[in-house]
Amino acid sequence: MSLLQMENISKTYSGNQVLKSVTLNIKAGEIHGLLGENGAGKSTLMNILFGMPVIHSTGGFEGNMTFDGKPYLPKTPMDAMKMGIGMVHQEFMLIPGFTITENIKLNRENTKDTFLSKIIGPKLEKLDLPKMKEESKEALNKLNMTVDEYLPVAGLPVGYMQFIEIAREIDKTNLKLLILDEPTAVLTESEAAQFLEVIKNLSNMGIAILFITHRLDEIKQVTDSITVLRDGSLVKSIETKNVDIVEMARLMVGREISFETSNKKEIDLDEKPFLELKDLYVNMPGEKVKGVNLKIQKGEILGLGGLAGQGKIGISNGIMGLYPTQGTILKDGKEMPLNNPREMLNNSIAFLSEDRKGVGLLLDEPIDFNIAYTSIEIQEKFIKNIGPLKIVNGKEIKSHANKMIEDLDIRCTGSNQYTRFLSGGNQQKVCIARALTLNPEILLVSEPTRGIDIGAKKLVLDTLVKLNKELNMTIIITSSELAELRQISDRIAIITEGKVQSILPPDASDEAFGLAMAGKDISEVVD
Amino acid sequence: MDIKKIYEKIGFPRLIISTFLIILLITAATLKLPMSGIWQDIFTRFGMNAILVLAMVPSIQSGIGINFNLPLGVIFGLIGALISIELGLTGFASLFVALIVAIPLAIIGGYLYGLMLNKVKGQEMTVGNYFGYSIVSFMCIFWLVAPFKNPELTWAMGGSGLRVTLSMESSMGGVLDKFLAFKIGNVVFPTGLILTFILLASIVWVFSKSKKGTAMIVAGSSEAFAASNGVNVDKQRIIGIVLSTVLAAIGIIIYSQSFGFLQLYNAPLYVALPAAASILIGGATLQKAKIIHVIIGTFLFQGLLVVALPVINILSEGSMAEIIRIIISNGIILYALTRKAGEAA
Repeated sequence: MSLLQMENISKTYSGNQVLKSVTLNIKAGEIHGLLGENGAGKSTLMNILFGMPVIHSTGGFEGNMTFDGKPYLPKTPMDAMKMGIGMVHQEFMLIPGFTITENIKLNRENTKDTFLSKIIGPKLEKLDLPKMKEESKEALNKLNMTVDEYLPVAGLPVGYMQFIEIAREIDKTNLKLLILDEPTAVLTESEAAQFLEVIKNLSNMGIAILFITHRLDEIKQVTDSITVLRDGSLVKSIETKNVDIVEMARLMVGREISFETSNKKEIDLDEKPFLELKDLYVNMPGEKVKGVNLKIQKGEILGLGGLAGQGKIGISNGIMGLYPTQGTILKDGKEMPLNNPREMLNNSIAFLSEDRKGVGLLLDEPIDFNIAYTSIEIQEKFIKNIGPLKIVNGKEIKSHANKMIEDLDIRCTGSNQYTRFLSGGNQQKVCIARALTLNPEILLVSEPTRGIDIGAKKLVLDTLVKLNKELNMTIIITSSELAELRQISDRIAIITEGKVQSILPPDASDEAFGLAMAGKDISEVVD
Repeated sequence: MDIKKIYEKIGFPRLIISTFLIILLITAATLKLPMSGIWQDIFTRFGMNAILVLAMVPSIQSGIGINFNLPLGVIFGLIGALISIELGLTGFASLFVALIVAIPLAIIGGYLYGLMLNKVKGQEMTVGNYFGYSIVSFMCIFWLVAPFKNPELTWAMGGSGLRVTLSMESSMGGVLDKFLAFKIGNVVFPTGLILTFILLASIVWVFSKSKKGTAMIVAGSSEAFAASNGVNVDKQRIIGIVLSTVLAAIGIIIYSQSFGFLQLYNAPLYVALPAAASILIGGATLQKAKIIHVIIGTFLFQGLLVVALPVINILSEGSMAEIIRIIISNGIILYALTRKAGEAA
């Protein structure tokens, strides 16, 4: 008898189907693993299960859910909590200035009558602090936690915060199902081990657990069964003992890749590298790079892949000097200054940021100015000298922009349209046009196809390949979409926990990519 | 173009204020007020104030927003004018000496103020306001102890310290207003005054089209974009505030020569708000400002003051005109501050 049944769940966000008829069954008291890459639909499925408002404000979903034998249709997280479903989010939802007790009991405080509450109502009842402390202590004990419950949360180690979140959930007396979204991502190894013990204990107490993580070994270690999602569809539901880690990785990544293997170049790794990163550290919040060593050859397309938050995005931002960086960057054997975007541009290294609207574009300036600006500033193109004055040549900018608009098929009302009013794909084309105008030797591209439609995606990728072939431009492309990297890159480096996990050819097996993303080398698992 | 588009182009505040101005002009005509005097006042007051409004342009373009610390530049302008009067100069010589003394001081002061503003990013307008008050109060002490000796400057009954209001009649009073002035009917057009504004406005315009100027505007529109294109954002902000301070110094000298009096002590405090209101009425936002906004805004704002004063004083009692001026200038600033980026004020 299943505790939770989700049947044929489908969900569409503004015309884009993110879940296609997904079915998920969880038995009472089991630990169930949910696996999938970024964008596979895990979060959306959990948002539906937990009744998050974002689901209903975007038109609801299709399919049926039953929980504990009754039909279940949560409209708000409150509904879900009343049914006995708890969720620990990836980002901590704790109030730093409150004590551990206050956080555990937040909005469910034990209270006592006062004379004011008798007149005005229960909202004015007094907190029953001793009882709150006692119950919090009990919940913490269940997790083998020995921290003092009167300490404020601010300043505690992150591992503790995770446990406090769970204590809050198990303190709810009716808890039947606990959802844990990437709970071990922030924990150290020993904390994670302790954490997995706790999960097993909870499951023995009869609480079912839905465990979302990308660490395959943890899944293998604690779960009873798993469900794998890929591109919004159910791939497989299977008992954990019937599947090994390599198989899990294949299920997670595998897809029919239709790459017209655009005749990949052979990269001669014995040659002197064109760009070399030595022990690179980048302090980019959420995407920290912790000691990357990488050699990039002239004229190659190098893909940087990996899961979100592992540091792949930090690398290009660090090379460009947009976040505090340490280490050594050598271009053609010459050491580059760090943390200095201007010097990088002067050395013919250009960057297309993943944050198109924030870093990549001036939203309240016209298209032509956006395309020309970097070249004006760095190369003094489009400049008329009138005596000692350097005046920007508006006419030249305009004609250049019109040529770019035609070449790249930028859909707009004219070169004087503000970029704020363009669609995502066309905004990206404006960014590419700027890079083309600059004509750099090395182009760093970060998430070039994020949030743009398929047609524009193809054009963007084709343009990058064309630049590489015709101008012998060296391209480093960072992307969350592995398929896209495999389509155009000559080599792909998978970044895990801020380091290069492995460098794979684009036609390496799905297992190899899946394991690399989970922080394992294929050789060490197979042996 | 349909009506809605025209309305959007003109904008709500400009629509209200131009309508109000037109109504006042019609009323003035029906009340048989001397229209030639009114037009002459509008031109003169436009020329007097436009440079102070122009001072807002570089500060908005460089991303600092409205420069509520206009009093800083004004003080350097006043010092320039005082030194020139102390030396007993007259006519154009006294005007030029005032400018030559004031501009370097304003560059140094603006630079130091810019260094400070780079430490309080995001709160420039609040900090600027308080800084303005502080520097004006500090200078009140300075005016009392400054070693000026010219009897035109010091109190008539002797003792130390400068007068609150100084006549400029014997020095530079009206030199620009009278320069190349011509008469149309009864209206004397202040050619020199308007030409000075046109000259300074063209300098600001050319700068905004130059390589240095575009870097400043880019730094002002998006710090992240500018940094990723190798622009030193802090330096561009300092350039913006230095330009603004220098224009304020020039602006007050031009204003005073036309007004005929130099106002010291607390007077510089009352410079920033009308200038801010004018440029916002003209269509600038806290992120974008152009020369055309200065021209439209100063014309509407000053036009309103000039016409409202006689009309309302006939129609009602007391100092209604002054009250209306305060309501308009503060109201329009409040309105602009509630606008989000991308919307026109």
